[in-house]
Amino acid sequence: MNLTLRIWRQKGPEDKGRMVTYPVNDVSPDMSFLEMLDVLNERLILAGEDPVAFDHDCREGICGMCGLMINGDAHGPQRGTTACQLHMRQFKDGETIDIEPWRASAFPVVKDLVVNRSAFDKIIAAGGYVTAPTGSAPEAHSTPVAKANADAAFESAACIGCGACVAACPNGSGMLFTAAKLTQLSLLPQGQPERYTRVIGMVDAHDEAGFGGCTNAGECTPACPKGIPLNTIGRLNRDYLAATAKGANNTPGS
Amino acid sequence: MAVTGILLALFLIAHMLGNLKVFTGETSFDHYAHWLRDIGKPLLPGVWFLWILRTVLVVAVVAHIVAATVLARRARAARPVKYAHRKKVNGSYAARTMRWGGVIILLFVIYHLLDLTTGTLNPVGDASKPYGNVVADFAPERWYVTLFYTLAILAVGFHLRHGAFSAFRSLGQQTPRGERRARTAALIFAVLLCAGYLVVPFAVLTGLVS
Repeated sequence: MNLTLRIWRQKGPEDKGRMVTYPVNDVSPDMSFLEMLDVLNERLILAGEDPVAFDHDCREGICGMCGLMINGDAHGPQRGTTACQLHMRQFKDGETIDIEPWRASAFPVVKDLVVNRSAFDKIIAAGGYVTAPTGSAPEAHSTPVAKANADAAFESAACIGCGACVAACPNGSGMLFTAAKLTQLSLLPQGQPERYTRVIGMVDAHDEAGFGGCTNAGECTPACPKGIPLNTIGRLNRDYLAATAKGANNTPGS
Repeated sequence: MAVTGILLALFLIAHMLGNLKVFTGETSFDHYAHWLRDIGKPLLPGVWFLWILRTVLVVAVVAHIVAATVLARRARAARPVKYAHRKKVNGSYAARTMRWGGVIILLFVIYHLLDLTTGTLNPVGDASKPYGNVVADFAPERWYVTLFYTLAILAVGFHLRHGAFSAFRSLGQQTPRGERRARTAALIFAVLLCAGYLVVPFAVLTGLVS
């Protein structure tokens, strides 16, 4: 396959950045999208040019590091797939592919296609944990969990924190991530003691990080490589309303 | 957004039911319109009840617009650099036209008040004869007024379709099955309301009401 890539190049956080066109020839349809970028980078290095910086780690769709806006789709055209698991057979020979970083003020560009997603860590630090006595794992049957709750919590726990929801959201909101990280705990007995301080803390941290507000536009779920359902945000809303009614503040343990 | 939106949607239902009284004839419709000004008598003097209702509605509209503006400004600040290539969003047409749709609805409401409340832009404009005002407004030769009303009502319908679903969600609708129900309910509500509002101008246009 022969392709034309238009890639966002930005030398550093202060650089203005621009789209640069690169032709890439002899691409195998069996390559992953990142392998195709590796091929481009090898050629750029041989030619003495600066290779395109992009984030990646496991390359098997579970770490959440890779994240590219491909032709205006977060993680590319295939649903439920991260950019690393996307294969070139999804594209046509001769196609022009636009590759951009996630666009959000809370995710500043570090270089080229690499963004800083520390804002997500701040949301987790504000409540995405449970206070539990450590030690050996307790007997699983000692704390019964309803099957429906276990299933819904598991759906939320599938979130890999890649940031595609923010990238796809017309409001630049990180509410699907926040809701997923919240409900994986609030649906389980272990998450109950901090349930209502957690939701206030995490939503406050989300807003302080500069993410936009959720308007239920529904863009995030189709873009999510793990298919976190949109109704997860409804679970967050309900907890938030309950917490506000209880007058909970964002101090964990209070 | 959800609470003020629900208040306004309740008003829309009441307003639509009132409009449909146009089919019960001139005397009945005019009587209804005059009764609206007298609700609460003798407990409240004159048009007090109407003014209390109007105040609540204006507060709801202003709060709705303020909340929408805050959301829109946050959205702009959250994405300072736009995508060079961005597909049309996957969400519904209704969801992505909420902001501009809202502006269009606001402009329409201002025109509508000048037309059928103050009578300034109405060809008859006689506050004591609301039936006559309506019939004159949607006369066949004033087809452009009917067209504008139709477009505005459709804008309201799209706004309600996403707005009603979104309000359920904001107030804690949280299950996948509930989401399907909320979307269906929002769609049915929007279609019924559109139909209820549009039937009046088209009845006048076709001579069913004259």
